[in-house]
Amino acid sequence: MSAGAPRSLASSGQKSIQDICHPLSAEESALNPGSAADTGLILPNGTPVDTSSPASSSSLLNRLQLDDDLDGETRDLFVTVEDPKKHVSTMETYITYRVCTKTTRTEFDLPEYSVRRRYQDFDWLRNKLEESQPTHLIPPLPEKFVMKGVVDRFSEEFVETRRKALDKFLKRVADHPVLSFNEHFNAFLSAKDLNKRQGLALLTKMGESVKYVTGGYKLRARPAEFAAMGDYLDLFTQKMGTIDRIAQRIIKEQSEFLMELREYGPVYSSWSSFEEDLHDPLEGVSGCVSNCSSALEELTEDMSEDFLPVLREYVLYIESMKVPSDVEKCQDRVECFNADLKADWDRWENNKRQDFRQLLTGMANKNIQHYEKCLAAWESLVPLLQDKQEAEGETS
Amino acid sequence: VQDCILLKKMEISVAEAEKRTGKNAVNMQETYTVYLIEMRPVDAASEGTNPVPDSLWRRYSEFELLRNYLLVTYPFLVVPPLPEKRAEFVWHKLSADNMDPDFVERRRVGLENFLLRVASHPDLSTDKIFYSFLTEENGWKETVFETGFQAKADSRLKALNATFRVKNPDKRFAEMKHYGDELQSVISQLLRVRARAADRLYGVYKVHGNYGRVFSEWSAIEKEMGDGLQSAGHHMDAYAASVDDILEEEEHYADQMKEYLFYADALRAVCRKHELTQYELEMAAQDLTSKKQQREELATGTIRTFSLKGVTSKLFGQETPEQREAKLKMLETQIEEGEELVKERNAECEEFVKSAWVDIERFKEQKDHDLREALISYAIMQISMCKKGIQVWNNAKECFSKM
Repeated sequence: MSAGAPRSLASSGQKSIQDICHPLSAEESALNPGSAADTGLILPNGTPVDTSSPASSSSLLNRLQLDDDLDGETRDLFVTVEDPKKHVSTMETYITYRVCTKTTRTEFDLPEYSVRRRYQDFDWLRNKLEESQPTHLIPPLPEKFVMKGVVDRFSEEFVETRRKALDKFLKRVADHPVLSFNEHFNAFLSAKDLNKRQGLALLTKMGESVKYVTGGYKLRARPAEFAAMGDYLDLFTQKMGTIDRIAQRIIKEQSEFLMELREYGPVYSSWSSFEEDLHDPLEGVSGCVSNCSSALEELTEDMSEDFLPVLREYVLYIESMKVPSDVEKCQDRVECFNADLKADWDRWENNKRQDFRQLLTGMANKNIQHYEKCLAAWESLVPLLQDKQEAEGETS
Repeated sequence: VQDCILLKKMEISVAEAEKRTGKNAVNMQETYTVYLIEMRPVDAASEGTNPVPDSLWRRYSEFELLRNYLLVTYPFLVVPPLPEKRAEFVWHKLSADNMDPDFVERRRVGLENFLLRVASHPDLSTDKIFYSFLTEENGWKETVFETGFQAKADSRLKALNATFRVKNPDKRFAEMKHYGDELQSVISQLLRVRARAADRLYGVYKVHGNYGRVFSEWSAIEKEMGDGLQSAGHHMDAYAASVDDILEEEEHYADQMKEYLFYADALRAVCRKHELTQYELEMAAQDLTSKKQQREELATGTIRTFSLKGVTSKLFGQETPEQREAKLKMLETQIEEGEELVKERNAECEEFVKSAWVDIERFKEQKDHDLREALISYAIMQISMCKKGIQVWNNAKECFSKM
């Protein structure tokens, strides 16, 4: 998306369903030639196209137009969530986050914005997006409710985990070719004060019902491939659950191992206290064990704070994709909804692949770093021990 | 001439272990393990000839008998210890069963180590009973009993278990005994914690094997990600499996530590025996002093020491000069004998101290050297473990990057 080029797909709230164009993004399929084949579309260069859906032909055009917008370097909207701060008032205590925006889009009045938002505001945004973009998958937010007394809502760890999740949420919206042009998103990023309080309660209620009405379409009208999607999601959730449990188990075992190490190192130290020649070697071993303990502690913390939350988020994401309903379906709307869903599905698949590649690579890196720290400690000890040996050999 | 250390001439090894069944002392059927001891001249290898080694089978109880004999015969030496009788400091995967093949194997190594230690000791290696242990399969037990060491053993054992106080404890030996106590305590703790840590480490590695399974299942429902996940899963399986070798090597380190745990006991035994020797000297000296005092009183007619004879003579009348003369004569003999005894015991004590201290110094050097070596090899083990870990995770990372 080069600066200034009009994006014909801009969607701004309540439009007639027929007017909403299929937002198949060239970006996605260019990065992901495989998924293009999956959606059944073919570009002139040979990949198949499904022309039965009325939306898809215009989208083909869009795809060709947007062919040059390939990599993230031509993005024109950057959003970050940072700087959490605690606010204490007579009524309540809560955390706000700074939301920084940099953009060249003409939809925005200024090139830069910096506003403070609290979780409620993010929740409002998400509801608005679901309302106004019912055919799209809206990224999930981190969990709203935390049990007081169980989790400390103001602890550094919790706040940081939440910040990361909120940051991810906004980035996903900002990267979405349709959602990022949503007027509520614009307001969220730019307005000094989100003037929502009056209508909030009413809107939320309305939002809920709309969600039920439209959400029902998401996976209700199911041709075979959507049934497959549902099945996949179930299995995927299952696997994520298993991985979560395994990761937790590993953390637990590592913590217990750490406990023993913390007792083990000092034994060498107390031994060294009544030895002469062996004093230094024993102290050295004690030091090494201590270094390894610290390294292990870091690994365990990293896995707890970085790995597990991201994993859990995916499960949440999937929960938000499966909306139960018993609403009558409207047949002629179905195909359009399905096409949107398909596009978002592909985007989701691609993101998922990248996210998991990153997540698992991160896990591997953390483990490598842990071992490298331990290796360095032990390697530095050996020559010390052997030097002394040689010195002894010379003097004896 | 058997003055030179045995090990310089002969290669000794405990080559094999075998299960046997037979009738024991109470005529009941039992299963036990025997170990094959082999001896061949050192030169044989260099000469190029390969003669059949002298070999015989011994069971653990015979090793114990040998060691007990050495303990009694050389109380001033730090006698090398045997590998443990029962498996201790066991963590869950390790078996506490004496018949377990891993235990038997580690015991075989321990017994070989024991023989090598004895064979390389300047004094122990020249012992005839030790030599016949290595060369005469049959009749060796009888030979040992014929030395009459058991009688000495019984009385010394009784004395060692009794509590006694030495008036002028030798500072050096007291310090050594204290050192032995501390060494025993700290190594016990080390082995205990290490075993627990080994258990936990086992758990950490093995749980990663679950990743292997779930990645495999997950890869089945994925398209592009499938291959990468599947391969990564295999590496996780390899990681989980690698812990078995790691912990087996660590068990060897534990055995090295155990040897010195038991050595600490041997050291304390020497100090205890020295105390006993000193005590016996003090007793003999005390007895002599009291006898001399009695003689003085008898000679001068003054009673300073309480004696039953003195009281009875007071009660039943003075003794005749002939009686007194007889008594004096007896005392003189006793005093003469007593002085001889004190001289003997004194010489014994001095000899003990001299020999013991030489061996303790030798032991100290050996201990410092061996334990340093053990720590170095432990560090090298840890390094190897870390490198393996880095390799596996790098492999997995490569698979992930291809997802």
